[in-house]
Amino acid sequence: MSRTTKNRRKDPSRREFLKAAATVGGLGVGAAMVGPAPVIWAQNIKNVTLRHVGNSYSAITDIGQQASKDLGFKVQMQIAGSDALINRAVTQPGSVDILDMDHWAYKLVVPRGVLQGIPLSKFKWWDQVVPIFTKGTTLQGAPLSRQGVLPYTIQYLEKPESIRFAGGPTDVISIVPDIYNADTLGYRPDLIERPHHWRELLDAKYAGKTAIVAIPSIGIMDAAMAIESRGDFKYKDKGNMTKEEIDRTVAILKQLKARRQFRAFWNSFDESVNLMASGEVVLQSMWSPAVTAVRAKQIACGYPLLAEGYRAWASGLGVMRHVKGVKLDAAHEYLNWYLSGWQGGFIAKQGYYSSVPDTAKKFLTPDEWGYWYEGKPATAPITDPFGTVMAKSGEVREGGSLWDRMGHVACWNTVMDNNNYMVQQWISFLSA
Amino acid sequence: MRLPGGAPPYLQAAPLALILLLFFGVPLLLVVVVSFWTFDLYGFHPALSLENYRQLLTATSTYKVYLATVMLALIVWAIALVLAFVVSYFMAFHVRSFGWQVGLLLICTVPFWTSDIIRMISWIPLLGVHGILNQTLLKLGLVREPLKFLLFSPFAVVVAYVNLFTLFMIVPIFNSMARIDRALLEAARDSGAAGWRIIAEIVVPLTKTGIALGSIFVLTLVMGDFYVVAEMSGGQMASVVSAMSNQISLLQYPPAAASAVVLLIIVTLMVAGILRVVDVRKELTG
Repeated sequence: MSRTTKNRRKDPSRREFLKAAATVGGLGVGAAMVGPAPVIWAQNIKNVTLRHVGNSYSAITDIGQQASKDLGFKVQMQIAGSDALINRAVTQPGSVDILDMDHWAYKLVVPRGVLQGIPLSKFKWWDQVVPIFTKGTTLQGAPLSRQGVLPYTIQYLEKPESIRFAGGPTDVISIVPDIYNADTLGYRPDLIERPHHWRELLDAKYAGKTAIVAIPSIGIMDAAMAIESRGDFKYKDKGNMTKEEIDRTVAILKQLKARRQFRAFWNSFDESVNLMASGEVVLQSMWSPAVTAVRAKQIACGYPLLAEGYRAWASGLGVMRHVKGVKLDAAHEYLNWYLSGWQGGFIAKQGYYSSVPDTAKKFLTPDEWGYWYEGKPATAPITDPFGTVMAKSGEVREGGSLWDRMGHVACWNTVMDNNNYMVQQWISFLSA
Repeated sequence: MRLPGGAPPYLQAAPLALILLLFFGVPLLLVVVVSFWTFDLYGFHPALSLENYRQLLTATSTYKVYLATVMLALIVWAIALVLAFVVSYFMAFHVRSFGWQVGLLLICTVPFWTSDIIRMISWIPLLGVHGILNQTLLKLGLVREPLKFLLFSPFAVVVAYVNLFTLFMIVPIFNSMARIDRALLEAARDSGAAGWRIIAEIVVPLTKTGIALGSIFVLTLVMGDFYVVAEMSGGQMASVVSAMSNQISLLQYPPAAASAVVLLIIVTLMVAGILRVVDVRKELTG
């Protein structure tokens, strides 16, 4: 908290200054009195266009439009699939200003030197960011699972130009964390009973009716959650398996495939929605907005807390290294706007959490806040960001409150050290 | 001004040659060069290392996936060939009006009027467990349980490939057939040849070029695909390119380049094999 007030005093609120300068500049006559420099700056910042490039679930046009309206310069949202995103950031860094990716992908991109760290003096919300990112702990200070890539481990840099992550907290962050959630299995409550363990994914009674995500690094972790839950063996780190662990996992998967346990391995969000909605599958790996999308079709879809916990993910915004001068000021303004609440309120209705819940709260009704963040029963119908009814009055969000979920994280989305070997084995499993 | 003798043909060929060199030759050369590089978290490092090839060629998964992809390509090729031959034969010899021929060819292109994603998703309501086909079979009492192999299976992959790629076989075969002199067929019939003999001894030999060109299209398209196979198998099969695309998605260009070079060599050998059997150039100009 002290940091916010300190920053405000030290940096006599650039935004207010900008607004004033813009007004004065706009009047034209007053310009001469203020002096030319700030006018030019104000004019320049109005001409800035920031290209925000991210995944479809986070780089949403409405957010860009609202930002442009609130900030006075233009924010252009561009969508790219996560593969395209990571490649574009590294091979054509000049085509992106604000990068918006899954947190583990920064583990690959930061070392390429295409990003610049964000000094905490430029980011005013840091002391209100949830401790998942700032300290790697829950709100109560309990350490979070370090299986996979714990966001905290890629959070800090020594200097803005560093390409290695710092060991602990510093004054420079690599990215501004924005959204996160915990994933579990989705199921059809009208067709099967509520699952309580990950191992039910492998249960013979659901043979031919389950699915796993086909993205190897995530799919193998979901499989590992189920295998560990069944008691086959224990992994040292499900998010960074040894070659032997990979071999054992793939051998088990091959047996399951021979028994036709899995109906499909889905590649995209839409496929997972179709599989579930059509009833081809009754229990599968799923992402929260996909559950939302199934429910929007008036088809029941559950997303329960399982005894072994969740597989969590996070995503964040990075500033590309080529961004300089007035554009860099605009980029920092944009990051501060991003976590000032509007985006957090918008994205909450998609089932995602904001890294600064306090500001998001201001953009939600008490009922919405209670439903999405606190796990309380809805007192009125709950809608998604686009107005479709998601939950009726009296319904409770499965999994409970923010900390009920984030306090039960078993592992984080990841990129493994043995990734090549893992992918080779995964493909041999697919062609088995 | 007079150009020295022999120059005009070269000038005519120059624009295409230049484009091919710049946008095909140079990138291809780069892929070959990068396939010998090493890489780590911080970037790619120019080197002359065989490590990428060693890892690729010593993995049993490589051979399995090549075998699976080649098998798939051959099955699709055989089905597409039979279908395309029949369709082309009908259009070339039974449809007399040129307008109708063009119209029917256009109908063959209908599957290409929508995007890949829509084409793939549309199979679910047709072939799925709750799809039209299964519901009809159930209602007619022909099956007791929905047939699961119709979707998300090797069967579904073959259906989708045939649906997508038969056109590439039809067009060249039809083109070859359309150029067959009708008098030849009449002469054969007058000499007492039966229908199947006319096909075997006149139509097939004179359609060889079309068959060869169509085969090249179909085989290379299947060998280079990773999207259709992933979608239609429900992610339960992989093709040669699947591994490559995964490596690229994690910035591992050097091993992906090595896979690309190996695939290129194998596909080139396949094409060379076809061209050895049929001299496409001679037939085209002849």
